[in-house]
Amino acid sequence: MTPSTRTVWDVIVIGGGHAGCEAAAASARVGARTLLLTHKLETIGEMSCNPAIGGLGKGHLVREIDAMDGVMGRAADRSGIQFRMLNASRGPAVRGPRAQIDRALYRKAMFDLLAAQPGLEMRAEAVEDLLVEEGRVVGVVGATGTHYRSAAVVLTTGTFLNGVIHRGDERIAAGRAGDAPSIGLANRLYGLGLDMGRLKTGTPPRLDGRTIDWAKLSMQHGDTPPIPFSFLTEKITSPQIACGVTATTARTHAIIGARLSESAVYGGRLAGRGPRYCPSIEDKVVRFADRDSHQIFLEPEGLDDPTVYPNGISTSVSAATQDAFLRTIPGLERVEVIRHGYAIEYDYVDPRALDPSLGVKRLAGLYLAGQINGTTGYEEAAAQGLMAGLNAARAAGGRDPVTLGRDQAYIGVMIDDLVTRGVTEPYRMFTSRAEFRLRLRADNADQRLTSLAEGFGCVGPERAGAWAAKAATLAEVRAEAARLTLTPNVAVKAGLKVGADGQRRNLTQLLAFPSIAFDDLARIWPHLAAWPAFAREQIEIDATYSGYLERQDADVALFQRDEGLVLPADLDYAALGGLSNEVREKLSAVRPRTLGQAARIEGVTPGAITALLSHVRRRAA
Amino acid sequence: MTDTIFALATAPGRGAVAVMRLSGPGAGAALDALAGRRPKARQATVRRLRDPAGDVLDQALVLWFPAPGSYTGEDCVELHLHGGAAVIDGVTRVLLALGLRPAAPGEFTRRAFENGKLDLGQAEAVADLIDAETQRQARQAIDQLGGALTRRHEDWRAGLVEVLARLEAAVDFPDEDLPADALSAVRGLLHRLRGALDDALAEAGRGLRVREGYRVAVIGAPNAGKSSLFNALAGHDGAIVTATPGTTRDVIEAHLTVAGYKVLLADTAGLRAAQDAIEAEGVRRARAWAEGADLRLWVVDQHADDGAWREASALARAGDVCVFNKIDLPPGRDAAAVRVAAATLGLPLIALSVTAQGARPVLDELTRRVVRESVGAEFPAATRARHVEQLQSARASLDRAIAQLSDPELAAEDVRLAARALARVTGRVGVEDVLDGLFARFCIGK
Repeated sequence: MTPSTRTVWDVIVIGGGHAGCEAAAASARVGARTLLLTHKLETIGEMSCNPAIGGLGKGHLVREIDAMDGVMGRAADRSGIQFRMLNASRGPAVRGPRAQIDRALYRKAMFDLLAAQPGLEMRAEAVEDLLVEEGRVVGVVGATGTHYRSAAVVLTTGTFLNGVIHRGDERIAAGRAGDAPSIGLANRLYGLGLDMGRLKTGTPPRLDGRTIDWAKLSMQHGDTPPIPFSFLTEKITSPQIACGVTATTARTHAIIGARLSESAVYGGRLAGRGPRYCPSIEDKVVRFADRDSHQIFLEPEGLDDPTVYPNGISTSVSAATQDAFLRTIPGLERVEVIRHGYAIEYDYVDPRALDPSLGVKRLAGLYLAGQINGTTGYEEAAAQGLMAGLNAARAAGGRDPVTLGRDQAYIGVMIDDLVTRGVTEPYRMFTSRAEFRLRLRADNADQRLTSLAEGFGCVGPERAGAWAAKAATLAEVRAEAARLTLTPNVAVKAGLKVGADGQRRNLTQLLAFPSIAFDDLARIWPHLAAWPAFAREQIEIDATYSGYLERQDADVALFQRDEGLVLPADLDYAALGGLSNEVREKLSAVRPRTLGQAARIEGVTPGAITALLSHVRRRAA
Repeated sequence: MTDTIFALATAPGRGAVAVMRLSGPGAGAALDALAGRRPKARQATVRRLRDPAGDVLDQALVLWFPAPGSYTGEDCVELHLHGGAAVIDGVTRVLLALGLRPAAPGEFTRRAFENGKLDLGQAEAVADLIDAETQRQARQAIDQLGGALTRRHEDWRAGLVEVLARLEAAVDFPDEDLPADALSAVRGLLHRLRGALDDALAEAGRGLRVREGYRVAVIGAPNAGKSSLFNALAGHDGAIVTATPGTTRDVIEAHLTVAGYKVLLADTAGLRAAQDAIEAEGVRRARAWAEGADLRLWVVDQHADDGAWREASALARAGDVCVFNKIDLPPGRDAAAVRVAAATLGLPLIALSVTAQGARPVLDELTRRVVRESVGAEFPAATRARHVEQLQSARASLDRAIAQLSDPELAAEDVRLAARALARVTGRVGVEDVLDGLFARFCIGK
């Protein structure tokens, strides 16, 4: 028996990926003494797939993480080398910040942020097992045999469960490239008897940028000036680069079509379900046979790094075939490959095994976050990490778990989807998953979440101060926007096109007219010119969406009513009549906390909800 | 724990066979207690039913439907008893003693709904079927129970999901090289869907007419012969017929079956300046009923010359029928004016004397109307006011979506609301449907 170390931690986070970093930082911000254990300190914050952060839905998640004082947004701002606001021409609700990232700079930025976080210690040590006593996790066993005791453990180990890499005929057992899978920890998880599933994902070959004929390609530039992720970042200071744009050709498709059997999926060697939104080039060629070209973005992985990530052609055909098809692509005629693409399949834990705080229902003290829960993407992982770390730290301090609602945050939408519906393909965030999309915007993440997060205990003093100042300004201009009014007569005299209906309108209502711009109003009320840009932008957005948001209020109220109907924790679904066996099993497995959550479980019919509701009412009566 | 319920599934009273239905976790045990042992599932078997003392209650056909393969989705039993009061009482006493409870009205169907055996539209159809008085009502309810209403709404919902998939593709994948027509096709799809909802709403009355009855109002001046026509059509003496003006002071309804359809025929109070408060109320009700009716039979006394026809003529509309009554008498001064008024409205004019020759020509015309306005190529999109409301709400959302197409995130919001309105009739719309549509249609993923 190895002796326990004296040190007792509040929270131990296993894994230094995006979920782990955010979990450790959040835990420490809450005040928990936190230990981050990872294979190598050098790979903390590693971007193992595409060198980019953000996008639609994903950029929203980064802003929300930032609003809760997480680290991802700040790290991305320090290392971003091309910033673009996606959907800039569309409404503010569906604009998503995205940035190309210098991978080395990101690792450094993340390490620096974690190193500067009081209460957080990082150690390079693999974890061999969990310490379990009396049905709860009380720490971990390191590869050196050291016992680290803690009140809670957050596991963020990505694809390490039974991971297998496929490339042509090759098959390599692995976690991520280079990291040996930890057998003991995996066995511990399998031993819990949780429902597991198998997923796959793929990655493209990495190209040597010095062998790409850039002169042949059209280039995509970023926004000027770049718009940062973090509400705390004043300005982006890194140099900005451009990405190349090219496309596959009929010859590319012919080569892939002829060697399909080499592909792990089409060769039948791979069973896991892959993401539909990120198909391999083999998938694209087969499923969209009518197209003879697919777009590829050539994304540099760093300022001082010749590696280029060709976005759009993940593949698992043999290395020789990859070389052959790449060289049929304009600009890549003489390309050299640094590392060939591959597909990886891995086990994930059915996230319905988790409660909404991301704790494992069957093993107190253990939290799971990131890819192990069936999600994909750095941002999805980080957002779960934040909530898991926050809740682990709160649990360690004897405090209640906290969650975010679907009407409050994309983070809430994602975690509710995971623990309620499970996943059938790697789960990625889209704005279309959020039923209250118009109010869950990237621009107002701080307005939605920072005060809430202060209540949760995970906001540091710098953020709290910055938010207090901004909130005060916003309150002031909103009050002013409601106070400043015009009658139609006066408005028309000032050159504004409004109906002559005798209706006195305030500034926000006037701005809602498509023909009226803020500058028109600033001519009438000159002091508006002094409003800071962010405040003016918020008033404009308020005006744009006010009609829709008012119409949606009824839906939000309905949603909150169903969320407010809490189902008793001890509800015995087996004994509850008026339910089919199928529905009963699903309810027993998920154990929804509210009627609203029950209704979102797949296969639970409106009839079953009626039965549940009448049962709960009878019980309450 | 759910209790086990039982009820007579056949109408009460003496009959050759009475069917007793049991549902709930205790149904099987009750069957064992009555019949000794359980027959094979879903197989009609003859058994002697005995009370706990061992005395034979009846020799009955029994059926055992274990959950979930039963009407309610629970364990169910059917006892086909000989239909005498003594037998039924005996079995009822045993079931009560076993702790079973008499079912509340509609409780079997409610349980079927709660177990997902029926959707909301189908559950409504069960109620309609039970209440059906005519063949056509029953036919419509059976088709609705078979999912005909659900299918129409599901078709529209599928169209909305397709639109949403395209809108969401434009919103969520701005960097993809999506086909340029992905969004432009949306306008066409939306217009088509709105057109379909317009058509459905325009004839939404059809389903309600079949379910609730085709409403026919007999209108006309006092003493024009309304009640005579009413009685001739109804074929009974439900209304009092008299020559004193203002006798029919209220709306008297008769339920008719015309070509298998239910028809609600109403005799309305004479439309004239009222003599007292009670009559005034009668006139008000008559007007309201007449205005809401599917068809008005405007009865005029062609022998009259007091101009009293004018009052009621204001209620007549294009598509109504003018009954030119009392042609066994010589035409009065009003006859020519009425002919002009009817021609102006384009009303067919049926000249007859109801008292002398009956109402056959009017009944024939009525039959043609009922059939024409109740029959459609498709199952109606609505059979209840509730369905009409949701269709209207969906159409309003589509109007907004079409107006907002330049902002796909706003258009998507309205399309989602439209889908939700339709889903309220039968089911629901899920985001996974939208994503499925999106990924099946477009090559997405860079």
